Amino acid sequence: MRPFPSRLAALAIIALTLFGVLRPAFGADLTAQVNALGQGDYAALEKAIGDLAATGDPQVAPVLDALSNGDLYVRKSDNAVVKATKSGSGFTLTDPVTGAALGEAGRSGVTKIKVNNKIRGLVRSATGSLTLMSADPAQRRSAAADVFRSGDPAQIPLLDQAIAKETDPGVKKIMTEARAAAVLKSDMGDADKIAAIAVLSTRADQDALAMLASTASGPDGAVKSAAADAVASIQGQLKLWEGVQNIWYGVSLGSVLLLAAIGLAITFGVMGIINMAHGEMVMLGAYTTFVVQEIIRNSYPELFDWSLAIALPLAFLVSGAVGVLIERSVIRFLYGRPLETLLATWGISLILQQAVRTYFGPNNREVGNPSWMSGAFDLGNIAITYNRMWIVVFALGVFAVLMLVLKRTPFGLQTRAVTANRPMASSMGIRTPLVDALTFGLGSGIAGIAGVALSQIDNVSPNLGQSYIIDSFMVVVFGGVGNLWGTLVGAFTLGIANKFLEPYAGAVLAKILVLVFIILFIQKRPRGLFALKGRSVEA
Amino acid sequence: MLNKVSRTIGALATAATIAVGATSAFAADDTIKVGILHSLSGTMAISETTLKDTVLFLIDEQNKKGGVLGKKLEAVVVDPASNWPLFAEKARELISQDKVSVVFGCWTSVSRKSVLPVFKELNSILFYPVQYEGEESERNVFYTGAAPNQQAIPAVDYLMSEEGGAVKRWVLEGTDYVYPRTTNKILEAYLKSKGVAEEDIMINYTPFGFSDWQTEVAAIKKFGSAGKKTAVVSTVNGDANVPFYKELGNQGIKAEDIPVVAFSVGEEELAGIDTAPLVGHLAAWNYFQSIDTPENEDFIKKWHAFIKNDKRTTNDPMEATYIGFNAWVAAVEKAGTTQPDAVIDALIGVSVPNLTGGFSTIMPNHHITKPVYIGEIQDNGQLDVVWQTPGLVVGDEWSDYLPDSKDLISDWRAPMSCGNFNVKTGKCGGS
Amino acid sequence: MITAFFFRALDGKTWAVLAVLLGIGIALPLLSLTDPSFPLHVPTYVVALVGKYLCYALLALSVDLVWGYCGILSLGHAAFFALGGYAMGMYLMRQIGTRGVYANPILPDFMVFLNWTKLPWFWHGFDMFWFAAIMVLLVPGLLAFVFGWFAFRSRVTGVYLSIITQAMTYALLLAFFRNDMGFGGNNGLTDFKDILGFNIQAPETRGVLFFASAFALALGFLICRAVIASKFGKVLIAVRDAESRTRFIGYRVEGYKLFVFVLSAMMAGVAGSLYVPQIGIINPGEFAPANSIEAVIWVAVGGRGTLIGPIVGALLVNFGKTWFTSGVLAEYWLFVLGGLFIAVTLFLPKGVVGTLMARARKKPDETKAPGALSPIEASQAAEEGA
Repeated sequence: MRPFPSRLAALAIIALTLFGVLRPAFGADLTAQVNALGQGDYAALEKAIGDLAATGDPQVAPVLDALSNGDLYVRKSDNAVVKATKSGSGFTLTDPVTGAALGEAGRSGVTKIKVNNKIRGLVRSATGSLTLMSADPAQRRSAAADVFRSGDPAQIPLLDQAIAKETDPGVKKIMTEARAAAVLKSDMGDADKIAAIAVLSTRADQDALAMLASTASGPDGAVKSAAADAVASIQGQLKLWEGVQNIWYGVSLGSVLLLAAIGLAITFGVMGIINMAHGEMVMLGAYTTFVVQEIIRNSYPELFDWSLAIALPLAFLVSGAVGVLIERSVIRFLYGRPLETLLATWGISLILQQAVRTYFGPNNREVGNPSWMSGAFDLGNIAITYNRMWIVVFALGVFAVLMLVLKRTPFGLQTRAVTANRPMASSMGIRTPLVDALTFGLGSGIAGIAGVALSQIDNVSPNLGQSYIIDSFMVVVFGGVGNLWGTLVGAFTLGIANKFLEPYAGAVLAKILVLVFIILFIQKRPRGLFALKGRSVEA
Repeated sequence: MLNKVSRTIGALATAATIAVGATSAFAADDTIKVGILHSLSGTMAISETTLKDTVLFLIDEQNKKGGVLGKKLEAVVVDPASNWPLFAEKARELISQDKVSVVFGCWTSVSRKSVLPVFKELNSILFYPVQYEGEESERNVFYTGAAPNQQAIPAVDYLMSEEGGAVKRWVLEGTDYVYPRTTNKILEAYLKSKGVAEEDIMINYTPFGFSDWQTEVAAIKKFGSAGKKTAVVSTVNGDANVPFYKELGNQGIKAEDIPVVAFSVGEEELAGIDTAPLVGHLAAWNYFQSIDTPENEDFIKKWHAFIKNDKRTTNDPMEATYIGFNAWVAAVEKAGTTQPDAVIDALIGVSVPNLTGGFSTIMPNHHITKPVYIGEIQDNGQLDVVWQTPGLVVGDEWSDYLPDSKDLISDWRAPMSCGNFNVKTGKCGGS
Repeated sequence: MITAFFFRALDGKTWAVLAVLLGIGIALPLLSLTDPSFPLHVPTYVVALVGKYLCYALLALSVDLVWGYCGILSLGHAAFFALGGYAMGMYLMRQIGTRGVYANPILPDFMVFLNWTKLPWFWHGFDMFWFAAIMVLLVPGLLAFVFGWFAFRSRVTGVYLSIITQAMTYALLLAFFRNDMGFGGNNGLTDFKDILGFNIQAPETRGVLFFASAFALALGFLICRAVIASKFGKVLIAVRDAESRTRFIGYRVEGYKLFVFVLSAMMAGVAGSLYVPQIGIINPGEFAPANSIEAVIWVAVGGRGTLIGPIVGALLVNFGKTWFTSGVLAEYWLFVLGGLFIAVTLFLPKGVVGTLMARARKKPDETKAPGALSPIEASQAAEEGA
């Protein structure tokens, strides 16, 4: 019994000495290995990454990250791998391991280490295993997710260690799943694999299904049948989720339709003007967003996340002002001749389109997503993207505010009065021309606001408006002209119908079917879903 | 009231007179006229305006060098307004009214199809600078963009290779028109010939300008989670791309998991998107702005000076226009005349430098030789080359992967002079 | 009876219009066949151009018949035009026969390279001219009948009708874009070789097609004139001006509307069928809602409710389009077109011809032409009326 502790002590001493003495040598070694990244082709690069990851040194992770982001370059003078960031026409170089400054280099002094998707995948699983023990739970979570995706059996011991140490239950779950994924790919025994299948089948999402499906197509045996059972059960659950997903997609499409149509519901629905320039008001709103973002990018980059909030009132004012201008200069001469407003506003739309094309150029303009509009979160088994979610919220918000304005403010009262009976309203002392101008401005301004939201999901180009104009008219007519609730219900009905048809009929046919449905529906109810009740013979 | 009307009419008439004066002031006899037939308004202006500027730029450069055959070149610009019948009308106007020697123009296949009868009837020359579906070879047209084998097939080859990720499962996602339909037919046949099973290919089409990609992206995600490496081959057209990529980015489809290789997405399209979430997705072209050659650097520098904007990108159709233009200049010099028949004959075999450091040659089938590059989208909106074909690829107008076109060949040189010669029957099909 | 129907229509003005149309129809093609040195020689370019305008004029006339005389503003007439065009295009496609690039005797080229194995059922019969000619009338007519039957019986009027006609043409646009439909998808039908055995590109064939367009326009004019001059026409105008009142008097308004809508759709179909061989291509772009709106503009510019107006309007606007889209003005075409729309609705509510006619009528007694309101009066009228 005696020799054992002494041997242990000796080992400990050796380890300590080694650690103390070899520490700098370890660093130098790393530099050599990092430099190996810059030699040779993709195959050599793969090997170099493998070697680096095998060191297990946490310092490697940032180096690999830089590689995957395309920040690593080879300095031509000495073939050293350096991290380079653009400054002016050249690069500022730093040491990728220590971060020490290495001076500047011209454009021709360095060559970029090219990475492809395969390399990025490798780097991801390598950094995953390197940061599994990180102090930051968020980093551990993403590391565990990376390991889960790579499913590398070599990581099992490391995962075991990490699981044992893990305190955060959420991260622990992902780690266990990652371990299960790795087990499935390893040559461990059937019992282990069946346990792993059980773990994965509780995850019950597409990724788990993918892994189980490949196991289920493996050699026959208990593992195969367990995997097949799990696949069947996950598929059943996913089917249910698919329905939920379609509803969500429909709601989200509906909210886009609602945003596009709601301004029209005022100019067309309430005022009776067939405003073909409505789409261009949306476009102006989107371009306002572009201009705001451009100014922010150039002068106040820290405000970028606020760009949409700043653009909203401006878009309302810009489109609203253009709307008032159009009403005063053209439309006021055409009241009572709705079909002719169609022609005049079509002319206006052509002019606005070409004006924007001449001024901003015909190309798409880049409108960025603020950070809170990017990415997605999982709700059960469906991924809900933030931009879609905010657009749904935003559309409903705009609708609520508009309802309030029309039903609860003096201006709303006057608008409704003028629409209901113009001569009477006029003789009661309402300045009908002013109300007309402001109502048209309100409708246009709301179209501008819609443009801000649509700039987040669609092209910002001179053609933006045209792609929404027909849909908008369909929504308003389907919902019932003159009724905002009709527009709301119409937009969501059409959105959901479209999205339920799409998986079966395809996107093109779905759209045609919806159009045909609207045409038939109008035959049945010529005044739309929610017709205004009136006593006049010819409305 | 009537007074006002007559005043309006008067004003219109005055404007008209001025405009006539302006148009006719262009006419001069000692120049060679070059027609430019690209939409400046309407939906296609987004892509085509750049090409109009490119031809103007090339004419300007050529005139600085002294023109062609000792004469200055003169551009005649018309606007077919993204309207297909108007394309035919404008082509007729350019050839028979303005007497242009050559026309550079068209973007969509349908615009090319619209003007084809006119070019055949009036015997003139059209240079078509955009990648297209093939299945055509006309005496009066020179195709300087890529045929499917110069873009689609190498891209698929790359993805199938170990380096490209050894893809086993394929989504062919396209806009529902002829280019994607044909390309996907060819790719489907090609993939099957490489042993890909029917159930590992998913084909889906969406309408023009489609903007709600949620369902489609979710379907791709689902298809991609069958345990085999999956890639998307996208023939989605212009406007629909921005929302498509935005949805991909937001639904978290990373290029490492499911790469998307696109044939219609270049620098110009990417200029309208924040590309950070798209890094790693691919595009296949015959030219990228990022390609580091002295020719390209010089071209970009001069282009920026001409267009007076340092931020303007260059793209593949611009290079195709550049090649076509220089080939035409060389052929005219060779023939010593601008007479169409002489130039058409002289053009075959003409070899001009391209912007990627090599030469492109006009082949007897009126297509050209090109290198094929696969580029990865970078966060600055540029594409970095990750792979390229070892040599030049000859444009194959009649695909070998479509049953009815595999027996056809095209050779516009003297004895054969046929665009669709059937090697099986030994007959020229369309005569 | 029928002779009397047409005879009543033949007043002096109608004779003049017919004479001018037929005169142009004969003179232009003949002059284009002369030697280029001949002082009155007309380049073929002009024949092709004017031939296209004449087809547009017939389309405009058909729009005017329903809008100007029956108050139905159709934003879907381009659909009927395109359907007529497709019927003719299918005939021309079948005529190519083995001269297609794949030399397939039955299948058109676009079906061959997309691996279609047999001709879809709706393509049968189109190898015969008479069949295609019937289809040119029947298909648009049938669509108009079905559409009108439902719409007019449900009393869908005014703006609602305009918008669902737009939905109809938009749905057709999307449908024809689909390659699975079997109409060549986005590229449409093209590469035509000959018509009735004559080379479609020969100047003589062009001349005959030009004459056919002029003749069709003249015939269309005569039919419209006859309809308007008849008792039937008076009822139409009554429907336009006071639909309910006409109904209460005891007329079956739906029947009148349906008849005129179908007639108008057939005229548009004929226009499309003459347009296609002259242009050389038909594709779904013709269904675009913007095209229908443009046709309405031609009518508005020329003057709705007059039969000469739409012809003049179509010629004027299209001439403007041809002329503005060349040379230095190319980028400003949409400004001009847009400006024209606004100017016409604001300042010339009766269109060019309508205004001139009102002026001519006004001269003798200096009374105000009814309907031609100045902007200020119009707004007053609106304030009082609507």
